[in-house]
Formats: sequence, structure tokens, C-alpha cells
Amino acid sequence: MRFDTVIIGGGLAGLTAGLSLQKAGRSCAIVSTGQNALHFFSGTFESIEEVPERMAGLFSEAGVRLHYQNGVRLMPLGSFRPAALALDDVDIFPQPAFSRKALIVSIAGYQDFFPAFLAEGLEKQGTQCRIHLLQLPEMAQLMQSPSEMRSVQIARTMDRVWEKIVREIRLLLKDEDTVILPQVFGLQDTTVPGRIRESIPARVVFSGTLPPSVPGIRTQQQLKRRYEVLGGNYLSGDEVIQAHVHEGIVHSVVTRNLDSHYLEADHFILASGAYFSKGLRSNPTRIFEPVFDLDVEAAEDRNAWYDADFAAGQPYMQFGVRTDSALRALRQGEAFKNLYAIGSVLGATRPEFGSGAGLAIRSAFAATDQILQSSQK
Amino acid sequence: MKMQENTYSKHNFEECMKCTVCTVYCPVLQVNPLYPGPKQAGPDGERLRLKDPFFFNYALKYCMNCKRCEVACPSGVNVADLIQAARIKYDHSAPKLRDRILASTDLMGSLARPFAPIVNGVTRLGVTKTVLDATLQIDAHRSFPKYSGRSFEAWLRRHEKEQATFPEQVAYFHGCYVNYNYPQLGKDLVKVLNALGVGVQLLDKEKCCGIAMITNGMSQQATRHAEHNTAQLRKAVGRGLRIVSTSSTCTLTLREEYPNLLGVDNADIRDSLTMATRFIYEKLEKGATLRFRPDFHKRIAYHTPCHLERLGWGIFSEKLLRMIPGVEFTLLDSACCGIAGTYGFKKENYTASQAIGEPLFQQIRSVNPDVVACDCETCKWQIEMSSGYPVANPVSILAEALEV
Repeated sequence: MRFDTVIIGGGLAGLTAGLSLQKAGRSCAIVSTGQNALHFFSGTFESIEEVPERMAGLFSEAGVRLHYQNGVRLMPLGSFRPAALALDDVDIFPQPAFSRKALIVSIAGYQDFFPAFLAEGLEKQGTQCRIHLLQLPEMAQLMQSPSEMRSVQIARTMDRVWEKIVREIRLLLKDEDTVILPQVFGLQDTTVPGRIRESIPARVVFSGTLPPSVPGIRTQQQLKRRYEVLGGNYLSGDEVIQAHVHEGIVHSVVTRNLDSHYLEADHFILASGAYFSKGLRSNPTRIFEPVFDLDVEAAEDRNAWYDADFAAGQPYMQFGVRTDSALRALRQGEAFKNLYAIGSVLGATRPEFGSGAGLAIRSAFAATDQILQSSQK
Repeated sequence: MKMQENTYSKHNFEECMKCTVCTVYCPVLQVNPLYPGPKQAGPDGERLRLKDPFFFNYALKYCMNCKRCEVACPSGVNVADLIQAARIKYDHSAPKLRDRILASTDLMGSLARPFAPIVNGVTRLGVTKTVLDATLQIDAHRSFPKYSGRSFEAWLRRHEKEQATFPEQVAYFHGCYVNYNYPQLGKDLVKVLNALGVGVQLLDKEKCCGIAMITNGMSQQATRHAEHNTAQLRKAVGRGLRIVSTSSTCTLTLREEYPNLLGVDNADIRDSLTMATRFIYEKLEKGATLRFRPDFHKRIAYHTPCHLERLGWGIFSEKLLRMIPGVEFTLLDSACCGIAGTYGFKKENYTASQAIGEPLFQQIRSVNPDVVACDCETCKWQIEMSSGYPVANPVSILAEALEV
């Protein structure tokens, strides 16, 4: 089967590339080995200096609304990190002391949201906090299987009962200027977070939970749906296992599910992620990229891969595949003519693109711009 | 250093890193609190079961075996296989009469077929449904698929000579549904393949693929079917034939469940068995052509059945349908319809089954297509009953669009 571009990896980087290319009339196939880092997405980007309008535009066509300003975001354990761009139900604050008095509301039995930690962190900023756990009869069914009192299962119930929760919060609210809720709203109905904000007479902040991330999953579903509406093919649960390469040009790739039916294309994008998604793999002697065996920037000595201090910045997080200035992937020092590497498979080899979600988006735009400049066959 | 040999684990269960992504995509977990969910029922439970079979949980029967957990897993764990393998290994309770009846699709088909008009009439009666509901716990909302008076096998045998005249030949694993309930789909396949210059043969003797036996606690019977069918496929491959199927579940079972769950080795013939849509697409890609009616016009919404999603071959059905001039194509969001073969027929699963499918039915109603296309017979029953829209196999739509 022939495409203009085959994209290996269906996360934020791969979907951004796929959306940009499909929108410009280029036919794409995304091969996605299971679900991706969007399921752990905080809903914010740390830095995205040059491209917020472009990205906000592309995402809003998929129904994903973004807002941008430089500031900080509230982490699930009550600390703050820099942020520049966020989903519209995720807040960016000018400074950590954003509230005088906050009411933190969670749901009894919910294991993946920690109001006490949040309160401790916020109190360091001078915010007085009160915690309330809602006892909801609607949760009784979920509670039968307590191991599944997780964000997504709760969010499915919340889409039905959010109005009742709003009524309870209105009764609970005293002189707090802020209400903090877990990010378990708007999984299916994306209007719910906005409607909650309108109905509560205080600032409503949706705070991150442990994974899976409800805003992240919603974003994944919206981007994928838009990509498919534009005519893109998304091969879920498949895996590229081999590439056919001749004289520096990738001609086709072989996938586990399609076996003898190769995916051919003019361009290939490697957006396969880092270790979790197996875009990078390791064994006791080396760190490698499994599909093309690309050059990987990594310490030779295994002892230099990690820091014994678990909380320290781990060196292996910096490792990634090498590319030329145009993001074309290198093998034995030679750049492939039609293979671009984007997203976290790059590690920190291209610091100018930033890290995490910012790296995914900016490198995706850089690669697709070059593909779009090439003539369409 | 040979690492892989040291780290291999059956169904890849050691690869699970507890990320919980599978629980997001499990259709059952969303509606049935009695089900522990794929992570708990699969890799987490397996760790305990390996210590002591005492930890086997009978709630694993609520798994529909839709395999969506496997499609979602970023680490390549075969979660549904782990669950079904655990049921086979640890659940020794005798299946209920109802489950045996539901699982014995070809036995029921051969018994019912000669009396098709009577059987069809009787199973449609409200009183029969009430009785079946009360006695066997087969939900009264369900209608049994109609039986056909003449089997597909009998029809194709009458056309054997004519089929033999085509320069290229394939064998067709028609499955119980085409043979006993809906021979028209088989005839549609013959029409399309003939238009491509391909003649269709039967296997010497096929049996039900056995998927319903696997999920209803009859793995010994399923294994006998697997051994029989694998031998039949091997004979056809020996004659130089590829084998096509119009059912995504039969295909998944014959290719994947036989070796992975029943231990029946099919490595030598696995790649010779394919979906008809993939076979047709590949013929067209290699230069064969089909002539379509100029006046054909249809708004089609395509539903990818769970087992086709797991095979990863929905793209062939989609590409074929988009190829037909006059087709307005909508790809429905990939989601389970809730029937899962015999699962939705059981009284205890009916409510969950309908709740699982509801988002899909709603999307179909909002798209309002002329027809829903889908490669699975049980999805067809469920979607037709629950959405009110007609459902056709992509092969039947191709056949209808052909200029002959």
C-alpha cells in the first residue's frame, strides 16, 4: 500500500505531523504500537515560543482548544512548574500564589488524587486550604472493584453527574476564592469543564491526577478523529518491525500485522517515542533504535546511563537518535534522504526544540515543513 | 548476549509495567463493576495465579475477548490471551446447557437447517423467547439469526465445475454463519472473486472455528475443531491454494487463537489464510480491475469489528469501500458494539452489552448512513437490532456495486 508519508508512532508528535500533512492533501499512514504518552499528558507545554498560533490553529480544528501565556502550572503534588501553553481546562498562573483561600474537593475512594499533598504545597504559597471528600452514591458501583477507582472510570461517571457535584460545591463554598477539582471532567463531553466554571462562583482549577490522564486521552481521541476525518489511516496496535532501505532512501516498512503487505511511501517520519514506547531500547551493553538501527547519542559506559540518586536528572533521559540539522536521521554518520526523526525519540539531542510535548510539536512542524516543500508525486 | 531467551514470558506478561492504559479501553469495565478489568484479570492476576491457582477469579468470564486491551497496550502484552488462557487452565466447571447450545453453532446449524422455515418461525415467537429467557437465560430481547433452507456448501457444490474453469483458485473458509444462516454473503464473495478471474473452492470439510467454545468453557472441543480445521487448511495449502474468509472472528481464531490459546501449531499455514477484503485489495493493487455500476450511490458508515482491529486489517475494507465510485464514506470511531459473539445473548450480559454499544449506535444514528459496513456477523445482528440501520459485509457491498 502506498502513501505520501508513513509515520511510525501515533502519539502527540506523530499525530501533529499526520494532521499537518493530511490537511495539506498528503496521504498518511500512522503505525501506532499501542497507546502513547498523551495518556500521561499534564495538559500543559513548558515552552513553545515560536509556534503557539500555528499549533493552536491546528488543534482547534480538531476541537482541542489551547491558551497561552508564560507562567506556572500546579503539579498533582502541590508544586509548580513553568508552563507556556495549555489545554483550555488547564490553568497557567502568573505566579504560584494564585489564591488566598482554596477549597479542594475530591471523591471518597478515589486513589489517584491527593488533596493533602496539594494543600501542603499550596499552604507554602500562603494559600489557606480546606479539603472536602464527596460521598457519591453513583460511585457505589465503581467501588465494588476498588482497584478500578481510577481517573478514567470516574470521569465516565462524572460526565453524567457533574451538575449534582456543582450543586454540592455551591453549598460547601464559604469564603474561598478558588475551588480545586481533579481532572476527571469532560472525557466525552468537552463542554463540561467550561460549564462547571460558569456555575461555581469562584475560580475553578482542574488539577492533574495520576495517570491515565483524562485531558490527555480526550486530546488523543480528538486529534485521532480529526486525522481520520481528513482521510488519514491510523493503524492501531501494529508495529513496524523492519525497513527496506536502498542507498540512503527508505522505500517501505514491514509491520507485524500486515507482514508481507509493505507500507511504501515517499517520506517516512520516526515518531516512535523513547523507552516506554520502545522507540529506544536497551540491553546490558547498548542503547539502540530498533527499526533502522540509527545512530544513538548515548554514553558508552553503562554506569554513566543512570544516577544512583533516583530523583536526580537521569542521564539516559537525555539519550536519543542523531539527526542532521534538517532532522533527517543518521545511520553510521550518513543522513537518510527521506527519514525524519521527531518527538521524544530525539531525547535531548536537539535542545533547541525543548522537551516533552514542546519537542513533539516543534520537531513535528520542522519535519512536515520540509516534506511539504518537496513536490508531491 | 542472548537476552530474549531469558526474558521471554508466555503472552508477554512480564512486559506489563502497570501503566493502566488497557483499563481505559476495556468496554466491559465501563459498564460491569463485577469485572475486575484487564490489568487485574490479566497480568496482575497472572502473577498471583502462578503462585497458587486459588487466586483464579471466576469473574474472568465477563471478559468478552474483544482484544481491545491488546491493541491499546504500549508494551505488547497479550492481555486478553492471558485472561482466556487462565479460564482454560483453571476453570474446570462444566459449561451450562445454554452455553453449550450457544457455542455449538455448526451442530445447531445442521440440526436446524432442514427445518429452517419452522425453526425461524418458532424462534421469532414471543412465547419462545420468553421460554428461552426463563429456562435457559437467553435474553428475550435477542432474535436468533434466521436459518437458511439451503446451505452455502450445497450451493457451491452445484457450481463446482463452473468455478473450476477460472484460471486462479482459492479455498473459502465460509464459517457457520455463511453456511447455515446467510449463504448470500458467500455468493457475493464468489461473484466478486469471479469478476477478478478467481474461482472459489470449499475445503474438504470445515468445522466451526470454535471461538464460541473457547469463550464458553469448552476448550477440549475447540481444540478438536482446531486440529481438524488446521489439517484441512494444510491440505488446501498443499494443493497450492490460499484460503480466504469473510469473517474477522473466524480469521482471528484460525490464525491466532489456535496457536496462542489452544496450542495447535499452524505456523506453516498461518500466512496462507487471509481476509477476503485483503485478498481482493491485493489483487487490485497488482493490476486487476473491477467494473462498477455508474449509477451506484451509497452513504456508507464503516464499523471496524474488534477482531479485525486486532488483526490490523480494517484498512483493507476501508480502502476497498472508498474505491467504489459513488460511495460517501464515513469511518466510525473504533469501539465495541457490545455483542461479542455469544456474550450478548446471555441474559446476565444483556444490559452491559447494550450499554457498551450505545456510543456506537448513537454515532450511527447521527451519521444516518444508507448502510453500515462491517466484516463481522455478530456485530451485524447487534447493530441492526440496536440502531435500526442495515448492516452489510464490505464484500456484499462490492458485489452490489459491480457492473455485470
